[in-house]
Amino acid sequence: MTTPEVSNELVADSLGEYAAAQWKRIKAGESGALPVIVGLVIIVIAFQTQNSKFLSATNLSNLIQQCGVFVLLGMAESFALLLGEIDLSTGYVMAIGATVTAELNAPPHNVNWFLAALAGLAVCAVFGTIMGLLISRLALPSFVVTLAGLLGGEGILLYLIQKDKYAPGGSISVTSNVLNDIDQGSMSNSTGWIVMIVAVAVFGAFALFQHRRRSSSGLVTAPLSLTALKVAAVAIAGVALVLISNHNRGSLLVHLSGVLWIVPFLAVILIVYTVLLGRTRFGRYMYAIGGNPEAAKRAGIRVKNVRMLAFTLSSLTAGLAGLVYLSQLGSIGSDVDGGNYVLYAVAAAVIGGTSLFGGRGKMVNALLGGLVITTIYNGMGLIQIGAAGQDMVIAVVLLAAVTVDALSHRGRIGR
Amino acid sequence: MANAQGTEARSKDRASVTPLLKLSRVSKNFGPVQALTDVELEIYPGEVVALVGDNGAGKSTMIKTVSGMWAPDGGQVFWEGKEVHVRGPRDAAALGIATMYQDLALCDNLDIVQNMFLGREPRRFGFLDETAMEIAARKTLSDLSVTTVRSIRQAVGSLSGGQRQAVAVARAVLEDAKLVIMDEPTAALGVSQTAMVLNLVKTLSDSGVAVLIISHNLVDVFSVADQIAVLYLGHMAGTYPASQLDTQQAVELITTGALGKAHE
Repeated sequence: MTTPEVSNELVADSLGEYAAAQWKRIKAGESGALPVIVGLVIIVIAFQTQNSKFLSATNLSNLIQQCGVFVLLGMAESFALLLGEIDLSTGYVMAIGATVTAELNAPPHNVNWFLAALAGLAVCAVFGTIMGLLISRLALPSFVVTLAGLLGGEGILLYLIQKDKYAPGGSISVTSNVLNDIDQGSMSNSTGWIVMIVAVAVFGAFALFQHRRRSSSGLVTAPLSLTALKVAAVAIAGVALVLISNHNRGSLLVHLSGVLWIVPFLAVILIVYTVLLGRTRFGRYMYAIGGNPEAAKRAGIRVKNVRMLAFTLSSLTAGLAGLVYLSQLGSIGSDVDGGNYVLYAVAAAVIGGTSLFGGRGKMVNALLGGLVITTIYNGMGLIQIGAAGQDMVIAVVLLAAVTVDALSHRGRIGR
Repeated sequence: MANAQGTEARSKDRASVTPLLKLSRVSKNFGPVQALTDVELEIYPGEVVALVGDNGAGKSTMIKTVSGMWAPDGGQVFWEGKEVHVRGPRDAAALGIATMYQDLALCDNLDIVQNMFLGREPRRFGFLDETAMEIAARKTLSDLSVTTVRSIRQAVGSLSGGQRQAVAVARAVLEDAKLVIMDEPTAALGVSQTAMVLNLVKTLSDSGVAVLIISHNLVDVFSVADQIAVLYLGHMAGTYPASQLDTQQAVELITTGALGKAHE
């Protein structure tokens, strides 16, 4: 009995062989997140050489605060893109979620911050479910249904804020400290260390457990040194983050330091969504439907339910982006440009490497894409290039990402 | 010639064993068009039955009826001796009928293991059990002697036509299918790939799985089939042991629906 041959990277015993096999994969067009990581590093180096303040503790924490909305919107859009669909409503769904939360939390309702946030998220989820039902049951095109969601969402936003007598000038302020701290607040220096150490330890234990289980089952396993290297890389990144964050970024008079709460906030969502897509049946079916809906149907997958749930999750994630948006600005008004934000949502996912053609992409791509967008805006602002230049650069980056996606898609089809 | 012996043994069994699948006077019409008329067919465990016929003879209608896509308008279908009413692909799958259509219905973006288990993934604490899937997939593929794939974690989109057939067959094996229906499995394949797929068919039948194979290629048909069933204008022109028929007679049956004096 012969076992099927396995690819080089799976039988590589040493790190060197593994790297060589990975390089082969990249040359074959299966690059994954690598181009965007390389791009991000180049952008960071470029800005740092232009302005040495770019990598300062103050600016880095600014950057992290600014990226939350883009990253979460990119994740929201990923749910639709993975199915080969699109969700144009995310920008205004985000605004509706934020408005519901802010109104409930503010006078005269004064609802507890947690319940207010939960209500905001629930409204978003219902909104997404209705769109998902129309798309999956009536087989309407997602482009049109979510376009209606965009227009209707803007209407709902204006209605909510105009009706609110406690919103002078069309704006509602956040009163809860907790809601404010999602994007603005930071933990104490020691808490930062503890959280980081626990997180790295859990990751390390999990990685080792996975390695053990594979190799003890007699399956081809990547070398142990690679697992060790991954854990070490995460540990180094964690230490660097805490060290930079614990640096005083305030003034001489006001001490300000500590890891921003938005970091664990995003990390937890990223982990939950990554597990959802990579380790559950639902996630597997998302990829299957994005790859070949007919095959998914014949395999007995309830395609309509998965498709509906994807739009629920997209809107729910837009709601999470709304909480960060609310926290970042400290208020919400009728002037939110949801039409623009949805474009950032698509851009973040696509720049990060998620395919527009469905079936390819991960949640971490949205994180990377969101970071690229934020870095470009932040850095160009620092070197005093105005909005005109910033938008044009983002446009070029987006085009580059779509070109890479389309070319590799064509390459796969052509094989 | 292990296969010839196997064929002989199965032929002897035929009289004593209940057929796995038996169609009795099955008819199907689409409005005024009579696609199948009183079709009779028996398939025994481990047997390879080739279904041949000219274009429009009713081959596709027949496999779609067996696989539950369309309900027959008349006649009875027996599965392991009991009458069944197959009302959809799920019913067919529950009985142990796996149908491989020409387009194969695989997801190009998923890897071999993921495709083999699609829709039936084993779970551990609610999460996908990749380790169990990979072990079972590797065993199934090696049982089928599929050794040409580079890695079972490679995307199906990067496989050749024959390898894709192999993945589809492996999927059917994992389902514990008792009857695998293959629609033109070699139509788009080159010579060596065709040989590989025909080998898979033999491996399947050696392990006791019955195979109903539709093919236009009589060379392929004669190389794997134990029985050859010929459809002619919606009628069953006859089912013959492959050893008692030659290519010319098969062509005659396909084109005229009957054997001339040459056979008598």
